[in-house]
Amino acid sequence: MGGKSIVLKSGLSGIVLIVGLFFFFPRTPSDSYGKIPILNSQCPPGFKKNASNECIAINLYQQYDSPHNKGVGGLQTALPKIRDGFSPQEIDLGRYLFFDPVLSGDGSISCASCHNPKKGFSDGLPTSIGSNGSKLKRAAPSLWNVAYLKKLFWDGRAATLEEQMQGSLFSEEEMNNTPENLLRRLNAIDTYTTMFAEAFPDKNTSEAIQLNEIYTALAAFQSSLISLNSKYDRYAHGYHEALSKKEIEGMNIFRSFVARCAECHTPPLFTNQQFAVIGTPEPDGLPLDHGAEEPFNDKSLRGAFKVPSLRNIEKTAPYIHSGAFKTLREAVEFYTKGRGHAVPDGEDLIVHWHIWEPNLSDHELDRLVDFLKTLTDETFTPQIPENLPSGLNPTI
Amino acid sequence: MRSIVFKIIGALVLLAIGVFLGKSFSSGPEENTVPMPSSIGYRMAGSSSDTLVAQTVTYDGEIIEVRQGGSIQEAVKAASPGDLIRVYPGTYSENVYIDKDNIGLQGVVIQGEWPTLDGKKKINDAFLYSGNGILIENFKIINYKGNGIMGQAGNNFVIRNNWIIDTGVYGIFPQYGKNGLIEHNVCSKIEDAAIYVGMCDNVDVLHNEVFDNVAGIEIENSRHCLVENNYTHNNTGGILAFVTPGLPIKTTFDVIIRNNFVVNNNTANFGAPGSTVAGIPAGTGILIMAADDVIVENNIITGNNNTGITIVDLATGAPKANDPNSEGNPDRTIILDNIMFDNGNEPTGEIKAIMLTQMDTKGPDIFAYGGGTGSSIRDKNRYRTFGLDDWGAAQITDTKDVRTYMLPEPVAPRSVSTEELGELTYYGVCAGCHAFGNRLIGPPTEIIQAIHNGDPQSIVDYITNPENLRDDYPEMPPQDYLSNEAKMAVAEYILAMEP
Repeated sequence: MGGKSIVLKSGLSGIVLIVGLFFFFPRTPSDSYGKIPILNSQCPPGFKKNASNECIAINLYQQYDSPHNKGVGGLQTALPKIRDGFSPQEIDLGRYLFFDPVLSGDGSISCASCHNPKKGFSDGLPTSIGSNGSKLKRAAPSLWNVAYLKKLFWDGRAATLEEQMQGSLFSEEEMNNTPENLLRRLNAIDTYTTMFAEAFPDKNTSEAIQLNEIYTALAAFQSSLISLNSKYDRYAHGYHEALSKKEIEGMNIFRSFVARCAECHTPPLFTNQQFAVIGTPEPDGLPLDHGAEEPFNDKSLRGAFKVPSLRNIEKTAPYIHSGAFKTLREAVEFYTKGRGHAVPDGEDLIVHWHIWEPNLSDHELDRLVDFLKTLTDETFTPQIPENLPSGLNPTI
Repeated sequence: MRSIVFKIIGALVLLAIGVFLGKSFSSGPEENTVPMPSSIGYRMAGSSSDTLVAQTVTYDGEIIEVRQGGSIQEAVKAASPGDLIRVYPGTYSENVYIDKDNIGLQGVVIQGEWPTLDGKKKINDAFLYSGNGILIENFKIINYKGNGIMGQAGNNFVIRNNWIIDTGVYGIFPQYGKNGLIEHNVCSKIEDAAIYVGMCDNVDVLHNEVFDNVAGIEIENSRHCLVENNYTHNNTGGILAFVTPGLPIKTTFDVIIRNNFVVNNNTANFGAPGSTVAGIPAGTGILIMAADDVIVENNIITGNNNTGITIVDLATGAPKANDPNSEGNPDRTIILDNIMFDNGNEPTGEIKAIMLTQMDTKGPDIFAYGGGTGSSIRDKNRYRTFGLDDWGAAQITDTKDVRTYMLPEPVAPRSVSTEELGELTYYGVCAGCHAFGNRLIGPPTEIIQAIHNGDPQSIVDYITNPENLRDDYPEMPPQDYLSNEAKMAVAEYILAMEP
């Protein structure tokens, strides 16, 4: 091999390299990088991104076990299985959609209108207001920790967030949209088509936004709402100074078998995810809400509702499916007034056996309220977007 | 005559002096633990090969003593895992809660004086525990509103030698626990179940006496339970194994009920309206409702006025309740040899009506009604039965190979590695304010790494007691509530993180 050919080869390689450098590193990077990502590529707090770009929920309750993996028990018990594994982009896209009133039929209300982060992801109303100012039948449930729930809606008629949101999006009384109109409107917004392409990179960029992508993104965002760092949680993890004497007194009333609160509102999620007939009064003489009897066509569930989680309950007044109780104090007082005391005449409800007459004192009721307030934690509250792709203002 | 009287008086005087001298010179040490009723002698006698020596629980830490005028709760606060709290005779009106692991609470009975917890009908529960490895023994517990002893999700519990009277809803109530022993307790006048094993696994209920309660011993939504050598009398129902619908854990199976006295359980039902037990007819010896694989062996079941043993499905036993996820049929019940007579003298309700259709005014020893398959009985001719026509012959003769349902080793607490704990803490707590490559509320994680490079202790010190060093960031709240272990784990995790 002569020295000449080495020089020649080196020279050719050099040229190829220089051309290559020009090709791969153009002077203005934006020319070939394509569009700057608009969606957050980091997982929200409480989630770790894995190698597949999935956000996996992580919290201190994963140190513990739970009987039969049901996510119920005492202080140091694991949570039920969570719905996680969404990408950061799906979650962030869902955040925009969640606050965007373009999702409703007339562009006036968003998901956040009834699930306002400033009101514990509820709306502060006894029963929510739907499209055209219509008064809805039931109170908006909080969305904190909704990723752990196996049944949705007060009557439990939906098993997934996707199923639940279609109920709200396409109900005439609620958001009053149609699937066709929703797709037409979103596909007409360039920023959304770009965002969907970014959040769902497997699809063809020219392909229009699909309904299931909208559902996935909204489910992803809602599943990211985690509240597990309250004062109570610090106590549960072993820091007993986290709760005051009064709050501990309240906790012991809460979990004793006299009040029986913890029998249905079981830690650590503060729900056992079952149905219960508790017989709360309907407001203003309205007829009895049949609850889960209707979707399940089961008379034994007449007046039954899903046991709600109590996390951030301080923030979500008024209470119960009908918003019948303005304050936590009124809500806890209901339980001590006697089994079935508010059941309308002529109704033969199968009131849950945990509801009895615990004869709690005023002092005990006050302590229960003290304890319930220790379940407040909003440290992982997501940001409300300042601007929305639709150009509309975020509606809360 | 007179001399006889004098002789008797003299003898009595001498006897009294003898007793006095004997007591003065040969009395034992003043303070010693007298478990009552004693279990040791019984075990040493080895009178039953079915019975296993109870798992030894040792507390080798400090001994903390509580005496009259002191507070058991204060002692619990001061205790660390492994400590034994010894409570001396006296009356304590407290709700004692134990949210720590491996704490022993041991009453000291001196000359018949028991340490007594008196709820005065005002306090809800005497003992409420959530920790693993809790021992509660030798207490007299009276007049509580809720429970004598309630556990929530504590494993490896031992509850023994307690005397529990009129404590409202339940006497002894472990819930969501695995591997437990409930033995040598006496429970009376309880409005629901004297001993209620709820949503538990691997629990032995041995040598207890329960009477004048609505339900004597209740195995509910629990699996692998042994109910042995108990004396359950004068309750509304003696021993129950059943499924309550609507609870998150939905099965009861693998229960052995053997060597018990189930006698005269005819007390009128005084359960709270709406409670599951409020529907139990007085005169029920043993009730099996929707529970599977229950074996009834070697019991003496007599004088129960409704039936000796009732086996029903949920639709019959609790027709109003419903849970599509609870299977409501009692399957594969096995009845081995039992002594049963004098049951069914005054049948009530449905059983009375059903028996009348058979031209019989007495209830049977064994009554089965409703769904369920695969049940069998060893010798049907020994009893008066109803509804056992399709039962087969038992394929086993005894259960002597099952000596206990407790686990050979205590359930180990789930342990996570330091790295896992660091990760759980970082993402579960810190990530609200700190992220890698991104400013949230606090500085990005890589800046924390640069400041504390190679020195996890300095992170621990900082998060325990933070000072605001940077004008452009808000002050960090102290994270002193984290355990030292978690603080060090998260510090190491942060320093090891890569982009």
